[in-house]
Amino acid sequence: MKKDITCISCPLGCQLVVEKKNDDYIVTGNSCKNGIKYGIEEMTNPRRVLPTTIVIRGGLHPRLPVATSDAIPKGKIFDAMAIINQVVVDAPIQLGDVVVKDLLGTGIDVVATKSMPKVS
Amino acid sequence: MLYDIIILGGGPAGLAAAVEAYDEGAQNILILERDLELGGILNQCIHNGFGLHTFKEQLTGPEYAERYINQVKEKNIPYMLDTMVLELEDHGDTKIVHAINQEQGYMLLETKTAILTMGCRERTAGAIGIPGYRPSGVFTAGTAQRYINMEGYMVGKEVVILGSGDIGLIMARRMTLEGAKVKAVCEIMPYSNGLVRNIVQCLDDYDIPLKLSHTITFIDGKNRVEGVKVMQVDEHLKPIPGTEEYIPCDTVLLSVGLIPENEITRDADIAIDPRTNGPIVGELRQTDTPGFFACGNVVHVHDLVDYVSEESVLAGKGAAKYLRGELKTDANFETVNGEGISYVVPQHVCVDNLEQDLTFYMRVRNVYSDVVVNAVIGDEIIATKKSRKFLPAEMVNFKIKKEVLEKYPDGKITFRVDPKEAKK
Repeated sequence: MKKDITCISCPLGCQLVVEKKNDDYIVTGNSCKNGIKYGIEEMTNPRRVLPTTIVIRGGLHPRLPVATSDAIPKGKIFDAMAIINQVVVDAPIQLGDVVVKDLLGTGIDVVATKSMPKVS
Repeated sequence: MLYDIIILGGGPAGLAAAVEAYDEGAQNILILERDLELGGILNQCIHNGFGLHTFKEQLTGPEYAERYINQVKEKNIPYMLDTMVLELEDHGDTKIVHAINQEQGYMLLETKTAILTMGCRERTAGAIGIPGYRPSGVFTAGTAQRYINMEGYMVGKEVVILGSGDIGLIMARRMTLEGAKVKAVCEIMPYSNGLVRNIVQCLDDYDIPLKLSHTITFIDGKNRVEGVKVMQVDEHLKPIPGTEEYIPCDTVLLSVGLIPENEITRDADIAIDPRTNGPIVGELRQTDTPGFFACGNVVHVHDLVDYVSEESVLAGKGAAKYLRGELKTDANFETVNGEGISYVVPQHVCVDNLEQDLTFYMRVRNVYSDVVVNAVIGDEIIATKKSRKFLPAEMVNFKIKKEVLEKYPDGKITFRVDPKEAKK
């Protein structure tokens, strides 16, 4: 099995070719070791960091940006959105505060990506 | 009070310039920001991918901004929010900044130097003249981004995006995640204007079609957008009869380019480069009017904030050097865009002001592979930039060593795209 994948580990966007040979994956076209890791993961278990927003009360804006603290399986993104969209928090919030713990049993949290003080 | 440096804009460029100027010993710095918080456009760019160069990790826009905001706060650099700069006056050693806000009213602020970091704004529907009615539901991608990410309004349910700039691509994903159906991204050029990783992560991941060499030729709907007519274009970008396709939708997002915001700059008679639509700058981002510096998207539109920060450090250094009376003014080199290059920043270089190597930023005019970018003085190639691929969407940063520049007599440095074998 062979797959063309555009590496997105960095802005270079290397055109990888990932090939399965027996039980090994051979990555070519990469210019750094991140490319190998990305190519194999994209072939076997594609994951994405999910950035989105939640409702915040009492802050400067009515929405607080949040993101998964690590990449989650690509196939779980819409299920994750359904959960995150239910969350409401109150200001103040510090960058890094956990707003959803252990998202969908992945062991990965959803955290605030911005500090938002309380405004009167 | 006479300030040392007033910085016009508290976005990524202004913040990085402020921090660097402070570290270089400048006192009495003031940042003027028109929004209600520091951080500029990064506040609405909630997606990740920022900071790979600067911090070697993937940050979201707000996280990247907060790192710089925290530094500004730790150093107690003063800033005024909700404050709009209206005009700049140059009186040689003193500049006067006209600014206004609700608390202090109309202010005339005196300063020795000013750093222009006003950023850029989006081209609008009017700028590209799409025929049709003017229904609601037509937004620039960045406006939609602010509505959704900061203000909590969903702008539409069925979307067609015109232009494949990065904000358009990012918004295609964002709208999809929030439950909208993005039916197509139309790009008039035969290649995308967005970064490769955004095409992969924002379109391919969600099976959103990217229609290259296609444009919207009509927006239908009287009160609200009801659909768009999309046509294929030929090599002269003219719509090809017979290729019409009607796509029903309630929203059109435009991602058709950014324009540096230089009204204040022009009014102050600071020279503008028609290639970049930004001020002409030197190696430390000094403009042609002594005491005025500029950096970030107001100088030229960057695709990565990391490069904005990098450039803004130069402006901060430059302003501090100027205040110490150490900034040399005689430029040795003028930069010229040769074959295949649309612009080069900085436009001139004074080698004596360099502490180390100098990075030249430029864009190529077309998609190229099997080429190099050469820096040429006279007939001699002084440096070569290699890459497997050069894309108009990805700014080329071309570093040349100070020692190399020192070897050549004053004159012009031409940057040009050459076939690979032309290099000796």
